[in-house]
Amino acid sequence: MSAVDVLIAFAGLLGLFTGLAVAVLSLTWMERKTLARIQQRAGPSVVGPHGLLQPVADAMKLATKEDIIPAYADQLLFWAAPLFVVVPAFLIWVAIPFGDGLSVRVLDLGLLYLVAISGIGVVGLLMGGWASSSRYSMLGGLRAAAQLVSYEIPLVVVILSIAVLVQSLSLDAVIGGNTITVGENTRELQGQGSIPFAFVMPLGFVIFFIAGLAELGRTPFDIHHAESEVVGGPFVEYSGAHWAVFFLGEYLNTFVISALIVILFFGGWSWPSPPESVFGTGLSDATTNLLGGAWFLFKTYIVVAVIFWIRGTYPRLRIDQLMSFAWQVLVPLSFANLVLIAAVLFYDWPLWVMTLLSLPILFGAAFGVQRRRGVRGRPRTVRVLRKSAGEIGRPVFSGGKPGPGGVITTPSQAGD
Amino acid sequence: MNGFGNVSGARGLTALSGSESPPSPGSEPGTVDMMVNMGPQHPATHGVFRMELRVDGERVLDLVPHIGYLHRGSEKLCEHELYSQIITLFDRLDYVSNFNNELVLVTAVEKLMSVEPPPRAELIRIIMCEFNRIASHLLFYGTFAIDMGAMTPVLYNFRDREKVQALFESVSGARMMHNYFRVGGVKQDVDADFAARALTLCDDLERGVDDSDRLLSENAIFIERTSGIGVISGEAALDWGLSGPVLRASGVPYDVRVEEPYSRYAELDFGVPVGSAGDCWDRFYVRILEARESIGIIRQAIALMEPGETMARVRQIARPPAGEVYAHCENPRGDLGVYIVSDGGERPYRLKVRPPSFCNLQALRDLTVGHYIADAVVILGTLDIVLGEVDR
Repeated sequence: MSAVDVLIAFAGLLGLFTGLAVAVLSLTWMERKTLARIQQRAGPSVVGPHGLLQPVADAMKLATKEDIIPAYADQLLFWAAPLFVVVPAFLIWVAIPFGDGLSVRVLDLGLLYLVAISGIGVVGLLMGGWASSSRYSMLGGLRAAAQLVSYEIPLVVVILSIAVLVQSLSLDAVIGGNTITVGENTRELQGQGSIPFAFVMPLGFVIFFIAGLAELGRTPFDIHHAESEVVGGPFVEYSGAHWAVFFLGEYLNTFVISALIVILFFGGWSWPSPPESVFGTGLSDATTNLLGGAWFLFKTYIVVAVIFWIRGTYPRLRIDQLMSFAWQVLVPLSFANLVLIAAVLFYDWPLWVMTLLSLPILFGAAFGVQRRRGVRGRPRTVRVLRKSAGEIGRPVFSGGKPGPGGVITTPSQAGD
Repeated sequence: MNGFGNVSGARGLTALSGSESPPSPGSEPGTVDMMVNMGPQHPATHGVFRMELRVDGERVLDLVPHIGYLHRGSEKLCEHELYSQIITLFDRLDYVSNFNNELVLVTAVEKLMSVEPPPRAELIRIIMCEFNRIASHLLFYGTFAIDMGAMTPVLYNFRDREKVQALFESVSGARMMHNYFRVGGVKQDVDADFAARALTLCDDLERGVDDSDRLLSENAIFIERTSGIGVISGEAALDWGLSGPVLRASGVPYDVRVEEPYSRYAELDFGVPVGSAGDCWDRFYVRILEARESIGIIRQAIALMEPGETMARVRQIARPPAGEVYAHCENPRGDLGVYIVSDGGERPYRLKVRPPSFCNLQALRDLTVGHYIADAVVILGTLDIVLGEVDR
């Protein structure tokens, strides 16, 4: 590797770092504005036009705040925990393609790299939770460990299905066209230039989206930092810059899961059509890449907005519901998805067969989840007793004194 | 309770040592239970309430509630105030349903003095109390949703509650601590356009309650989190002395407005929502239906209103005869009672409040033990306590 290559790689990392920092700032602003709109509020509106400088002000505030390390904390682990969250979150971006071959490092094993690196983050949460020496952070850290490890399985299996479909672990292959060889047959797979994989494997897309939300610890899976239960979980003792670094990691992860959804299921920068076919081939490479990158980011932001939208709408699951959903629903479904795509490729069926097979499973699973849990709309246990109809008004305490072991005559109209 | 037992986390087992609680029978060998202290500064305890949880992982094994952080000695204070001044103290008991509190006090004193307030004043009181019930329930839906991690409903409900408070302000001059009811009537008559505004507000509130209903009670996660959680039977609920929506959710159709009609509730027709499961879902949904019934009551009361006096002829400084009286009314939280002993002076000799929040809170341990930590928060939410009333 020559000195120039090293310099280029360094410049690329620097650019990535700066770009992602700006992206995270924009995400915090966007989250607050989106939630505010959902909740009929104005959101940040004082610092800068439309509150655009609010994230900058927040970042400066956090950087200058006192960074408290509790006396009973494990100093080293407490200090290092945020790094274990934020560094992997940055590293993932090294392999993400913003355009045709446009990533900091083009990795042939990109999907494997993603899976490997994204598994590290949970260590940071567990470390932070344990090192804080607070019971809330301990509970939060353990919740995070259980949740993230469980939901990683369906996530990885869906990524595996994608790898089986494109017969490659390269992210560029996932986005662009590719030739696959199955047995004797060689055929052109149009990649996602024509049909995004969200339509090819809708089941996999839904699983990936749900498991991705859980990996992020976002509503409705935000149990590890649930404010009303564990008051912030692993972050509860953190303040100032360390807290900021934790949240940098959280937002980077949100961004990366959204980017992965776009890349794996919506063709990254190329779907519905790459910049060349829209603007012609006369453009310079730089312009083409810029347009592709912008389109990719735009799509990513839309996915992020959906995630924020869900946050503004749903309540939170309980830990047992969350775990049973992962192990009893998502894991089997993700394996079914893998088997299906393998079968489709093995028998060399056209890809729409995959779609046709996936949809009944998807809807069947959704229906089954509702039925199995006995949730068929709201429980019909409450009824209104009308005074005019004489359903109420007879004394409740007829005869005897109410009290422990007393002769309480609960009226017969009560329960039935 | 053994305070802080063993601690998990860095240096925990030695650093914050207290008496270690022995492993519970159900837990695996080699594990110890953990004490978790929730409150008085925990976001889900609705004020300065503290509970000590003994947990085995996520499972609550034991719960000890601690109250008293908001104790202001209200009952003792009342012995040193004129009856008209006590009204302001009652505003501050259950500070999200002030009118209902005021009503209990003035009803008790009127009963003691055998004063009959004019019909118009009674209707104004009923309208105010029912609006306050809706406002209180709206706050409940929102905070309950927050307990469960849904942050949006509370802002919608605050929007609607704000409209109610605007009406209160125009009537009484204050958004919350109204001091509007008087022994023998109300402080002043309402404006000429009051009826029209109240009816418009009724329509708004109907929409607001529907919003909460649709956003929360149609949501599968919400149903799953509440249905079958924290079940209490009707008998147990009566044994604990629960009242209000918490009691009715368990299938006991006891509503003071129906059983012992006070004011002019006997003339009004309304329904009483009664649950059958006695779980968190029923306690939530009873309140949704109750708000709708309250809107109906307000509409009837407005139709009944006729011009007239709003204050009976009583002395400015009430001086009830010697004797004692107990009066109780249906508050949004339950059966609020007040017991007054008068020695014939202008201040009560003794005044005792029967706060529904306090009585409802007693069942918390029985409801919670065996559930998850997250459920403890939800169950506490459905009891809908107001610490101002619990601690007094």
